[in-house]
Amino acid sequence: MEKTLIKTVHLCKDYDNDGVITKVLHQVDLEIKAGEFVAIMGPSGSGKSTLMHILGFLERPSCGQYFFDGQDSSKLTDDELAVIRNEKVGFIFQSFNLLPKTSVYDNVRLPLLYDDKKRVKDHKEAIKEAIMAVGLYHRMGNLSNQLSGGEKQRVAIARALVTRPEVIFADEPTGNLDSKSGKLIMEILQDLNEKGKTIILVTHEKYTAEHARRIIKVIDGSISDDFEVKQRLLAKEESDLIK
Amino acid sequence: MDWKSTIKIAYIGLKTKKSRTFMTMLGIIIGISSVIIIISVGSGAQSLILNQVKSMGSNLIGILPGGSEGDSGPPPSALGIVSTNLKIADLEALVQNNNVPNAVAVTYENRGVGTLQWRANKYDGTFIGTTANYPEVYDFAVEKGRFFSKDEEKDLARVVVLGSEVAEALFGSNDPINQNIKIKKEEFRVIGTIGKRGTVVFQNQDNLVFIPVSTCQKIMLGIDYVSLARVKIDAEENTDRAVADIKQTLRERHNLGTNEPDDFTVRAQTQAIEIFSSITNSLTYFLAAIAAISLLVGGIGIMNIMLIAVVERTREVGLRKALGAKNSNILNQFLAESVVVTLSGGVVGVIFGVLFSFLVSVVARRLGYEWDFIISYAAIFLSCAISILIGLVFGVYPARKAAKLNPIEALRYE
Repeated sequence: MEKTLIKTVHLCKDYDNDGVITKVLHQVDLEIKAGEFVAIMGPSGSGKSTLMHILGFLERPSCGQYFFDGQDSSKLTDDELAVIRNEKVGFIFQSFNLLPKTSVYDNVRLPLLYDDKKRVKDHKEAIKEAIMAVGLYHRMGNLSNQLSGGEKQRVAIARALVTRPEVIFADEPTGNLDSKSGKLIMEILQDLNEKGKTIILVTHEKYTAEHARRIIKVIDGSISDDFEVKQRLLAKEESDLIK
Repeated sequence: MDWKSTIKIAYIGLKTKKSRTFMTMLGIIIGISSVIIIISVGSGAQSLILNQVKSMGSNLIGILPGGSEGDSGPPPSALGIVSTNLKIADLEALVQNNNVPNAVAVTYENRGVGTLQWRANKYDGTFIGTTANYPEVYDFAVEKGRFFSKDEEKDLARVVVLGSEVAEALFGSNDPINQNIKIKKEEFRVIGTIGKRGTVVFQNQDNLVFIPVSTCQKIMLGIDYVSLARVKIDAEENTDRAVADIKQTLRERHNLGTNEPDDFTVRAQTQAIEIFSSITNSLTYFLAAIAAISLLVGGIGIMNIMLIAVVERTREVGLRKALGAKNSNILNQFLAESVVVTLSGGVVGVIFGVLFSFLVSVVARRLGYEWDFIISYAAIFLSCAISILIGLVFGVYPARKAAKLNPIEALRYE
């Protein structure tokens, strides 16, 4: 049995906008084991992105507890959260968020600049390995603005992989892509999961979510459903069919 | 994150906005180059003046009529007050009876202005009535002809020695020797001309003419007092003793009681050098301080641009934080950008300043001044240090603003 990587206990999140309190998440209890591929699915405004931000240490919960690898992260300082973000998690965003006019190599290298403990020994090797994993070795010297949308997202995946994190969070990773590029991204994510990487995907699309092994549905800030995907879509087979 | 990477990121950040970076730098470039130029040109001018003063001889002691306050207070003549108590006999006494054993020679003078005329040529010049040993005391030679003699000085001779500019203006290519000219309608015979001497302490030496002091006092001005005297002493190190002897002699001759102040002013050339040094230093630092105000303006410009950069790059800050950048990493990155701008501006400013100062020295030398090209290494080092300081001081507010950004809000920023 795989170890529990993520566990939340009565997690909640409120936003205070000039005295107006908006409750975004209420009493969220969930558990994700290492090596899972989980899709957090829900309509926009459901709180799924907020949940991902808390799980990815970008935000703190307002109440409840969040255990990562058995450790309570609720009371960590800003700097401690930054270190965890650098070491334990990788992010893939809908809008890629690459540095403009910067090479693929330098974009992928970015998280390693903040690897103060030198956890990754050979930076050059790690960067090349990550770029190779997304099939962009031939584009390594190109600038980010010379790439297609799909390629940009692959660079973002390489950047998420380069620090060899325990979990990858992907926030609507196919949202800005055409279907062909989207399938390729899902194929890479499924491949990474096959190799043991924990993937947490946030999406509002049922179709995209069905590429995961498990779907957690979030509606109005609460988990409404949590189930294993019985007929999982395999992006590689879909791509082969198109070919 | 190491400093090498921080500076590299700062460089890349600045490179993407080349023209803006240059415009931002411009304030610092202008400020630093102004400070360098003012200090360099100020030092050059100071050296020029001091060299001129020294060239007159550091073993000279000046005597002026009228007392002054303390050792450095202005003499009455500087305030436009005419004192008539310094007579030729007082000054001759200095080199008589071993009153001032270190005195080698004494010269004294009166000055007047008037129109000089030879045939139809006229020139408005300054005539100096002085002693026959004037060239010896001031250490210059007559180029053509001769200076007047002691006898001519005593005999009220109407002879004149012309400065080079006067000779040129009145006579052109003609030989002035033994020609008669008129000074204020009085006729004088030209017996010599002096070669080009240039400007010494703001006084053009080439538009002067020299006549015997007795002739000047009795015929030209109708006075019996001296307005300035200089004693040449045997060696500079005997200045203090000579000054004391001069004062003692003059006090005795003027019958001054013990409690009465001097009714004359004695100043050594070394004192003049000190006074000129202190005046030129004060002027240089005052002007450099004014130029430094432009650095303050440049610094505010940098803060402004860095604030804009923080807003523009909010998403980038959010991304870096999401990928593991600590607040201190972001702070250092923006501070590094600010310092890279100001230090680069400072270095370019120093280069411009040095080049311009060199140009000034070349032009000044072409114009005939003995101008030294002086660059203070301390000023260069200080300029670079100030540039870094400006970058840090004016960069810290925008950098703190960037560092405090919430990663999620920053990533969502449109």
